[in-house]
Amino acid sequence: MNRRPGFFVYGLLTAFVLGSCAPLYWSFLVGSHNREVLTKRVPPLLPGGHFWENAQRAIDAVPFWKALANSLIVSGTVATSVVFFSTLAGFAFAKLSFRGRTPMLVFVVATLAVPTQLGVIPLFIVMAKLGWVGSVWALIVPSLVTAFGVFFMRQYLLDAVPDELVDAARVDGCSLFRTFWTVALPAARPAAGILWLFTFMATWTDFFWPLIVLPASNPTVQIALQQLQSGYYVDYSLVLAGATLSTIPLLVLFVLTGRQMVAGIMQGAVKG
Amino acid sequence: MKAGSAAVQPVGDTGASSVSPAGSRPPGQGPRRDVDERAAWRQRLTMLDVKVTPYVFVSPFFLLFLVVGMFPLGYTAWVSVHEWGLLSGQGAFSGLDNYRRVLEDRYFWNALRNTISIFLLSSVPQVLIALALAGLLDTQLRARTLWRMSVLLPFVVAPAAVALIFGNLYGDRYGLANEVIQWIGLDPIRWHVDTLASHVAIASMVNWRWTGYNALILLAAMQAVPRDVYESASLDGAGRVRQFVSITVPMIRPTVIFVIITSTIGGLQIFAEPRLFDTQGLGGADRQYQTLTMYLWELGWRVRDLGMASAVAWLLFLIIIVFALLNLLLSRRAAGSTKKITTKGVRR
Repeated sequence: MNRRPGFFVYGLLTAFVLGSCAPLYWSFLVGSHNREVLTKRVPPLLPGGHFWENAQRAIDAVPFWKALANSLIVSGTVATSVVFFSTLAGFAFAKLSFRGRTPMLVFVVATLAVPTQLGVIPLFIVMAKLGWVGSVWALIVPSLVTAFGVFFMRQYLLDAVPDELVDAARVDGCSLFRTFWTVALPAARPAAGILWLFTFMATWTDFFWPLIVLPASNPTVQIALQQLQSGYYVDYSLVLAGATLSTIPLLVLFVLTGRQMVAGIMQGAVKG
Repeated sequence: MKAGSAAVQPVGDTGASSVSPAGSRPPGQGPRRDVDERAAWRQRLTMLDVKVTPYVFVSPFFLLFLVVGMFPLGYTAWVSVHEWGLLSGQGAFSGLDNYRRVLEDRYFWNALRNTISIFLLSSVPQVLIALALAGLLDTQLRARTLWRMSVLLPFVVAPAAVALIFGNLYGDRYGLANEVIQWIGLDPIRWHVDTLASHVAIASMVNWRWTGYNALILLAAMQAVPRDVYESASLDGAGRVRQFVSITVPMIRPTVIFVIITSTIGGLQIFAEPRLFDTQGLGGADRQYQTLTMYLWELGWRVRDLGMASAVAWLLFLIIIVFALLNLLLSRRAAGSTKKITTKGVRR
């Protein structure tokens, strides 16, 4: 609506944003106090000075650095590969003509509806046969390219690359791969960036599949987090220091690229 | 479609002329046969490139999908009609026995009930709040991008971390939620024991993480609503809230349906939040908050019965399809009735 918002609108929005930040602040708060403080009835609302101490205990309690490295490697590889192969297939679907293009595209869209849980058991059996259970290959290989990525890039390239440009490259004697490399790939950059970001985040935060295929000794960040609270007694200053610590990489990513994330979601392109 | 085939047309022409390369050359260049041959060879390569390369481009997706998508679909069905242990592997063919055992298990029905309850408690408020939030953001705010980014903040916190944080907030003894409740003067709630309370707690995690995200999707749709509709509505004396309910919401109906369906598909698969809500990870002492995916996980990797787990996977798939269709029908109908009210309201 076109009018200037008043205090009421700003007030409600502020309340919402405070609610959005509060649990994170709480996590940091609990993570920054030692155990004795937390057993008091009313928790103090200002942070204590023990955050790094608690974080260090969390790092020592689980294979933290290994988890961090695994998460970075898996998410980075998967995101890059998804962007590359999706752009490749998206370019073919958007700009090249070949027999069976339309039914193949319909097929891609149809596969979007298949839930991951359905395939988990056979996928596990396959991974066990390949000897990949327990290694990050089990996380990387099945996610190298996604139906969503292909469809997303196809939609973007449809308008972003003028047909004349593809024609011109062909007349100049470019092979299709060169045309892809020099014409489509540069034009795809904005969408590719968004796809990369969201794939990275989805892979980083995934919990179900890593829990199934990875052992406690070779976890991702999310699986390491889960280990922090397994045990009979939960030391919350340790657990929440770990939870806060584990959120920092994505928070940094968010600060750097939040603008693009908002734009990506608002282009109606990214599905939950 | 047309544009796509036009794109390679010129190339196709050159390719066709390779049938008689010498003929297409101007007279006088006849003797240089080796050059002609090389040109023909090149043109044949180009032909091949045009014909085959598109398939090469799309093949990584299809190959991978065949292995990790298509094959598992069928193979899950195959596993589900066999006795199949996690360690012992394939056993005897057992027909629909796994399905019978699942359907006779009271924990399956329990998990189904919990999943639907948590899903309803999360989707309904989430869509409503996201609509209101999008309405607030769809104004001429100062520092617009900053507001939009702020509502997206929870989205970058992984579900596992969300579960740990909220698990603490909803602690039965020292949790902040109960402190506040007692401070008001009410009895503390046993969040990890009472079925409904645990569902509310878990649903609030989902809502916290996804409401802002969905609000941005709805906001994008709201901004596409033509502004002159509002002008004529306010000329007719419709207030802001009235405009929102009678114009905005009906006009972004397809996006609302999209948000509802995606939150349904996500909500029915919920796993990390209830799984990490307590330390045991089985959904409470009496499985008060065990969801279907947790049930699948327990059968497969605790009971180690992959046959039964596969049967659950297929049932879950069917349930998701049923819910998605149900959603579509209901939202269509609901949106249809608001539309009638709208035209009445604005005309008056």
